[in-house]
Amino acid sequence: MEDLLPLGGRKIKNRLLIGTGKFASYPLMQKALEAAQPDIVTVALRRVDAGSKTDNILDFIPKSCLLMTNTSGARNADEAARIARLAKASGAGTWIKIEVVQDNKYLLPDNLETLKAVEILVKEGFTVLPYMSPDLSMAKRMAEAGAAAVMPLGAPIGSNRGVKTRELVNILIREIKIPVIVDAGLGSPSDACECMEMGCAAVLVNTAIAIAQDPANMARAFKDAVEAGRRAYLAGLPASGTEASASSPLTGFLRDDAFSR
Amino acid sequence: MNLTINGKQESIEKPLTLEALVAAKNLCPEKIVVEHNLRIVARGDWPKVTLGDKDSIEIVSFVGGG
Repeated sequence: MEDLLPLGGRKIKNRLLIGTGKFASYPLMQKALEAAQPDIVTVALRRVDAGSKTDNILDFIPKSCLLMTNTSGARNADEAARIARLAKASGAGTWIKIEVVQDNKYLLPDNLETLKAVEILVKEGFTVLPYMSPDLSMAKRMAEAGAAAVMPLGAPIGSNRGVKTRELVNILIREIKIPVIVDAGLGSPSDACECMEMGCAAVLVNTAIAIAQDPANMARAFKDAVEAGRRAYLAGLPASGTEASASSPLTGFLRDDAFSR
Repeated sequence: MNLTINGKQESIEKPLTLEALVAAKNLCPEKIVVEHNLRIVARGDWPKVTLGDKDSIEIVSFVGGG
């Protein structure tokens, strides 16, 4: 049976979501997206430079991908809602990754404003996935407000440090009924695999793929790692112990005292 | 007549429509979304909106982001 993730009324096959920032060029990004074939990719909205003749990023994103616009740049709920409405008006759909950040050093999310944005945008019919600090009561409120998933950070955006929030994310996975998607900070495929082994529904990766020497190969590596981790989670990871537990039989040894047993 | 376009002050000599402004700035209409005084204006309505003094216009487009 196919293992699909129900998310926002859809069935998602690829549990690796990919962000499109920081790639050296749009063609390189396109190759990475073609290599990993994500169902969902994120984009951002920015003011245009007057007279700029740059290419349209949307032309380099495979048509099979669902676009999810992030609200990066928003410092409060109202600004996030404004960005979401602009994204909808542009024809990019109604999937929004809410990102409300006031701290420029660590880019940590403002959970309270993020929750307000979820409440506003869910009422307007958007499918919202809030990027948040992994706080259980906040995550519960996000779910109650109608978020399609919660996206706790693994480590600060672009830091490539891995799942430093592991204990808290684990609590969300156990206690929250909507999907938990780790977003931000995953630096290597093994980090993504770790999240999936823990039981995360999906992960979102951008920097680690975009700034790799070979983004397409790295995208593929992340895809494989996500699949491996998910498979291990479904297979049921055995408990770990502190002492050895022999994997070979402890009888029939080829030595004299073996018979005295 | 003074306008604020993407946060910057600009002055124009005679009234002009949103459609004319986008054309004057050499912007590709398919790529952008336009907000006029905090109200999103659909592309089809650009010719109907004439800009007035102290109007505020935001013009945005998609870029890469995570």
